[in-house]
Amino acid sequence: MKNLLSVQDLKVYFRAKDQVARAVDGVSFDIRPGETVCLVGESGCGKTVSALTILRLIPSPPGEIMGGRVFFNGVDLLDLDETDMQKIRGNHIAMVFQEPLTSLNPVFTIGDQIGEAITIHEQVEPEELRERCVQLLRDIGIPSPEQRLKDYPHQLSGGQRQRVMIAMALACNPDLIIADEPTTALDVTVQAQILNLMKSIQQKASMSILYITHDLGVVANIADRVNVMYAGVIVEMGDTYQIFQNPRHPYTQGLLASLPGRSRRGRRLHSIPGAVPNPAFKPPGCPFHPRCSFAIETCKTRFPEMCKHGEGHLSRCPVLD
Amino acid sequence: MTSDQQILESPLAPKQTRLEELWQLFKQNRLAILGLIIFVFFLISAVIGVILTSGQEPVFDPAMIRLQEKLLPPLTRPNIETLQPAEIPTLGIYLFGTDDLGRDVFARMLQGAWVSLTVGFVAVGISVLVGIFMGGIAGYFGQGHLRYDQIIVSCVLITGGIFLALSETYTGIGVLIVGHAYIFFSIFSKRILAKRTLPKWFNLMHKGAISIDTIIMRTVDIMLCFPTFFLILTVVALLPASMYNIMIVIGLTSWMGTTRFVRAEFLSLREQDFVTAAKALGVGNFRIIFRHMMPNAIAPVLVSATIGIAMAILTEAGLSFLGFGVPPPHATWGNILSDGKRFIFDAPWLTFIPGIAILIVVLCFNLFGEGLRDAMNPKLREKG
Repeated sequence: MKNLLSVQDLKVYFRAKDQVARAVDGVSFDIRPGETVCLVGESGCGKTVSALTILRLIPSPPGEIMGGRVFFNGVDLLDLDETDMQKIRGNHIAMVFQEPLTSLNPVFTIGDQIGEAITIHEQVEPEELRERCVQLLRDIGIPSPEQRLKDYPHQLSGGQRQRVMIAMALACNPDLIIADEPTTALDVTVQAQILNLMKSIQQKASMSILYITHDLGVVANIADRVNVMYAGVIVEMGDTYQIFQNPRHPYTQGLLASLPGRSRRGRRLHSIPGAVPNPAFKPPGCPFHPRCSFAIETCKTRFPEMCKHGEGHLSRCPVLD
Repeated sequence: MTSDQQILESPLAPKQTRLEELWQLFKQNRLAILGLIIFVFFLISAVIGVILTSGQEPVFDPAMIRLQEKLLPPLTRPNIETLQPAEIPTLGIYLFGTDDLGRDVFARMLQGAWVSLTVGFVAVGISVLVGIFMGGIAGYFGQGHLRYDQIIVSCVLITGGIFLALSETYTGIGVLIVGHAYIFFSIFSKRILAKRTLPKWFNLMHKGAISIDTIIMRTVDIMLCFPTFFLILTVVALLPASMYNIMIVIGLTSWMGTTRFVRAEFLSLREQDFVTAAKALGVGNFRIIFRHMMPNAIAPVLVSATIGIAMAILTEAGLSFLGFGVPPPHATWGNILSDGKRFIFDAPWLTFIPGIAILIVVLCFNLFGEGLRDAMNPKLREKG
């Protein structure tokens, strides 16, 4: 199947005074139409930066796209000028942010904000606009949408605000939604509702989702395919079953072992020793080797290539091959 | 979906808009309420005043000269026998007395109120517009740099303009053509030049020379260095005397505070998630600045504008007092005061009435502005 989005060897560096933080350092992944792809990793591993780069929203300076290509429907987004890019944003690729509390403008009603998401890209009559806003709110499960349109963000609960954000993302029927940890700020029951909502929307509208999270529980729930990121590179990719049943990278294994499980009750929780390296001072060779229990001498000097483990299952660890 | 709806029909946050909340807080400040009441009273009397004192046959004629009735104290009745029927004041009494030409001070005060009001609002309107624009640009685009070639080209274009203004037509057009040719070249040469190695001086020309933030904020610093009142005096002395020139000059010399406020607000707003979210929806830069960020930054501007109106009224009164203000037949509080100062011992009401009016209006604007600031500032809220 043809790819909807294809990120190839993307590099995004941030320049500080005398050091360069290599936040994203050669990331490649594909998203096919109608599938949900997860980007998993610890805080600071470059997930959000990758997502923002797809929409070209990296603040520059200090951020700089150093290389790579981002093909969307066959067009390289990194080549487009700003006006063409604005037509892509919201219209073809929409984004849902992590903090529903701060991602809505506090001085406008949600009706204004959803309406704007539509009018930016389409010419719509005021009455039709209102109807579409009501319909969007109804679709995402907000009760009595006609009254809610006149509400300000601070009058809604966190879950409702995130629903409004999703409604804004859906406003122009995009082909791809980038969801940057949309449930992290919500409690577990609301999180489940939002995830179900996203799944049902995706089935109805057959759009693709790039879901960014650090929560493996969410990944298991929603993803078709998973990319595990560590220190700016993808260390393992595969479909959800492969990643969870047969992880082939020590980092993925460590992450899975760190999950609290019912069968391991009472025992000490596993943790990966050490911390994510500072993106300005990454260790040479495999970036994970200082924390890896399988590390051998070559890991310290040679950056590992992707090794194939099965259909679409790749991992960046020659030792566990 | 139905179960979702049941869950979501949980109690909501109290229905109170920001404006209602603001009013609740503002109400507690009695001085500010007093300021607001006087402000509204001033507004109404100025509007009524301009209606009643203008036109062919005004109800209160501020220019009616009755030399036999000069320097009458407030609340005296006119001597009906010596006056023509048309000369009798409408109220049948000189509420604020008469001046040295026997003009009704009450009518003149009404006319002057409108001058003060319009000068205050228009001057502050100009300064707020300029301030918001400059501050918005500095806060939002501030990190961007102007390149050496851009600076040189703008200098070339300005020189061309100067030549034209000095009616050196051919030189001027020549210089302008050179400038425009460079702009044309730099727009269309991007693709051609992309693959060639360029000489060193060419790359140097494309280096950032000075940030936009630096340009705007240093201009603000320079403007703040001038003693504003004397700058206004100089400019007004050069320009033909009219109310509009005074408004514009006061407006253009008082935008710096607003610029600083707006820039500071924008620097913090720019990093907010909702700005990124708006960008991710495909909203353009100027729409983000003026529709998304500006309403969030308007609170301190509004406060400084209220106090700015008081300052503008005071400046206008000062200019009129010195004789540089609105030209004489038209009454303003400043020139009533100025005319009256010669008779301060014989007719003190001529100085006291406009003086007290200025005092009260300026004071009420300041009180209102400070009340607004306290209500809008959550940090000051807790202390009170």
